[in-house]
Amino acid sequence: MSQTKPLNVEYNYSVVRLFAITTVLWGIVGMVVGVLIAAQLYWPALNFDTPWLTYSRLRPLHTNAVIFAFGTSALFATCYYVVQRTCQVRLFAEKLAMFTFWGWQAVIVAAAITLPMGLSQSKEYAELEWPIDILITIVWVSFAIVFFGTLIKRKTSHIYVANWFYGGFIITVAALHIVNSMVIPLHLGKSYSIYAGAVDAMVQWWYGHNAVGFLLTAGFLGMMYYFVPKQAGRPVYSYRLSIVHFWALIALYIWAGPHHLHYTALPDWTQSLGMVMSVVLFVPSWGGMINGIMTLSGAWHKLKTDPILRFLIVSLSFYGMSTFEGPMMAIKSVNALSHYTDWTVGHVHSGALGWVAMISIGAMYHLIPAVYNKDGMYSLKLINTHFWLHTIGVVLYIVAMWISGIMQGMMWRAVNTDGTLTYSFVQSLEASMPFYLMRFIGGVFVVAGMLLMAYNVYKTVSSKTPAAQPAAAAA
Amino acid sequence: MSSFWNLWIWVLTIPVLVLCVVLLVWNLKNYVGVPEDETTNHEVDGLKELNNPLPKWWTYMFFATLIWSVFYLAAYPGLGNYKGFLNWTSSNQGIKSLEESRQAVELARAEGRHVQLDVENARADEVFGPVFQAFAKRDVLDLAYDTEALKIGQRLFLQNCALCHGSDARGQRGYPNLTDNDWLYGGTPEKIKETLLYGRKAAMPGWEAALGDQGIREMTAYVLQLSGRAVNEKDAEAGKAKFGMCAACHGVDGRGSVAHNLPFGAPNLTNNIWLYGGSAKDIEETLRHGRFGVMPAFKETLGEDKVHILTAYVYRLANPEDLR
Repeated sequence: MSQTKPLNVEYNYSVVRLFAITTVLWGIVGMVVGVLIAAQLYWPALNFDTPWLTYSRLRPLHTNAVIFAFGTSALFATCYYVVQRTCQVRLFAEKLAMFTFWGWQAVIVAAAITLPMGLSQSKEYAELEWPIDILITIVWVSFAIVFFGTLIKRKTSHIYVANWFYGGFIITVAALHIVNSMVIPLHLGKSYSIYAGAVDAMVQWWYGHNAVGFLLTAGFLGMMYYFVPKQAGRPVYSYRLSIVHFWALIALYIWAGPHHLHYTALPDWTQSLGMVMSVVLFVPSWGGMINGIMTLSGAWHKLKTDPILRFLIVSLSFYGMSTFEGPMMAIKSVNALSHYTDWTVGHVHSGALGWVAMISIGAMYHLIPAVYNKDGMYSLKLINTHFWLHTIGVVLYIVAMWISGIMQGMMWRAVNTDGTLTYSFVQSLEASMPFYLMRFIGGVFVVAGMLLMAYNVYKTVSSKTPAAQPAAAAA
Repeated sequence: MSSFWNLWIWVLTIPVLVLCVVLLVWNLKNYVGVPEDETTNHEVDGLKELNNPLPKWWTYMFFATLIWSVFYLAAYPGLGNYKGFLNWTSSNQGIKSLEESRQAVELARAEGRHVQLDVENARADEVFGPVFQAFAKRDVLDLAYDTEALKIGQRLFLQNCALCHGSDARGQRGYPNLTDNDWLYGGTPEKIKETLLYGRKAAMPGWEAALGDQGIREMTAYVLQLSGRAVNEKDAEAGKAKFGMCAACHGVDGRGSVAHNLPFGAPNLTNNIWLYGGSAKDIEETLRHGRFGVMPAFKETLGEDKVHILTAYVYRLANPEDLR
């Protein structure tokens, strides 16, 4: 840090602040809805016989809220923060940046209204109807202009690794969203996909898996490459590893979609190809984990005292775990057991709650005091409590889904001596009930942690004491 | 797939895998210009990067998965039209009938192609076939009171019959109750088996044109009277006079085709059991527009051995007491 050149750049933190606060806000909203639908699976009466409170409508609301409201707000906040600091210039097109904030909030509010109304394109993670899709496209292109504009006017010669990932994620998500959302509108609230049959399914899962691969992985790896070395105060472990795993990750992820459609009407060749690429993808995925965790070498002791760093490093462990699990589940014979079971739900949440949420929470605890010109968060103790609540919650959730998922898979394939099925579907549901309760309890832990975070953020932001040195120079 | 798309897949797939190898080999060497373990010269916002070499175990793992990917794509269909040297496919696609399916299975066997579905079906026949063959050698009446056979029969029933006849076999409108020992085609083991193997088609014609409104009302009254209900005597009398047109199938006394040893499946009209409802309105509808019942044939889909056990199960439903 001592070698940092003195800076006179005044960064634009106002849009970062807004996105940081909405990250916490939407995180709570999205996770509360998640807990509610988890409870509905155990106590079905909780839909109160009200159409817009039914599981079928709240489930897409939950996924959209956590992915696009919580996760993507965290990406916007950190991306605008990181790109300025690593390019050492103010944001390009600041008004456009502010537009991306209000535009994105409009998308979220529109989603929160239309999804409970039952308006849906019926494509997973792409449920929003076409007028909202158009708004998303406009906001996203603006985001790209702000990001790449800032990158172009940078004062450094080298483009820092975090920005490779942010750039890759912005471009690919734009392509995915536009191609998958191609529809013929019927009226404002209804449209039909221009693709049909197996092609439609393939386009959807090309989108769906890369929403995971580029939004929830590449984007958050960008976050990781800034906040992990920053919080640890250590250099990134290996520059060359970052090159190999970045390009290999980008090149391989885009092929992985067909593994969502194993044993369907998708042609054999597409399934095989998707499986092969998914399995190879395991190695570059771990490249990111290694580079993050090994960045800590020489500073392991900091984990004892710094709960923010603990959030960041544990998120990488979950990342490593789910990127091992994912390629394994993409293998056809494993998929034959795991598909359509709760194992998939568990896998998604070990990625979403373990990796995405934990790295975002860690990054927010680092970033919020910085952009509000404070010395640090109001209470480190509360962060520590949040860490344990979150970790326990995630572990409860994943373990519950592993058990119920594998049990369901085994029950569905169990046959009697005469070759007929041993169990009916409803028997497998009955057997899953205790694990649905366990999952709900895990979710309650996670939400409790988020509420502590909200309180901690409120106390930090509203505190009157400014930082000892101005934020811009406090690098 | 056309040769263009075939080529397209090759041109996109192979370079991606080659790119991974090139990337990996390129980064094994230290080309950064600073010694390994030192930081590169890019430094910004207090962030530095070490020039550490790639972890060896990770490099080996990458090479191993890449080598495996080449093997897999050579062995299995993956690269467009290329079929893979194992000649494996998941199923015979585009099959529209059991006959086509049989031909496709034979063709695949002759060509030495490994069709997963066929292989799994053959394996299932091999493992489970003997179970059914053993039961098929025994008499239906024997199996009807055998716990093991009934268990299998119930599973077969739940998976193949319950959709129409209900999981408790008590039927629903248009689908007969199998537990009441009232039979449309006969309740002997032979007749039940015949129904299961070959299916049944029943046709009750519509009489609206022939009878007219007045005639339909009179016939409805008579049919109601047959099962012992109080009706307008005059109407019933008039209906009875015309019942000859119904007697061909239902018998002169209306006791149905089974009682008269006829093959039509015409129900007994005197016992107050109604397949399509027994209210005046239902009966009038039946008389006006007719009814058409279909029971599918299970000979091809289940095979005779399974039908044999199913026969015993269905027989037992209507004959809970072992009277042998």
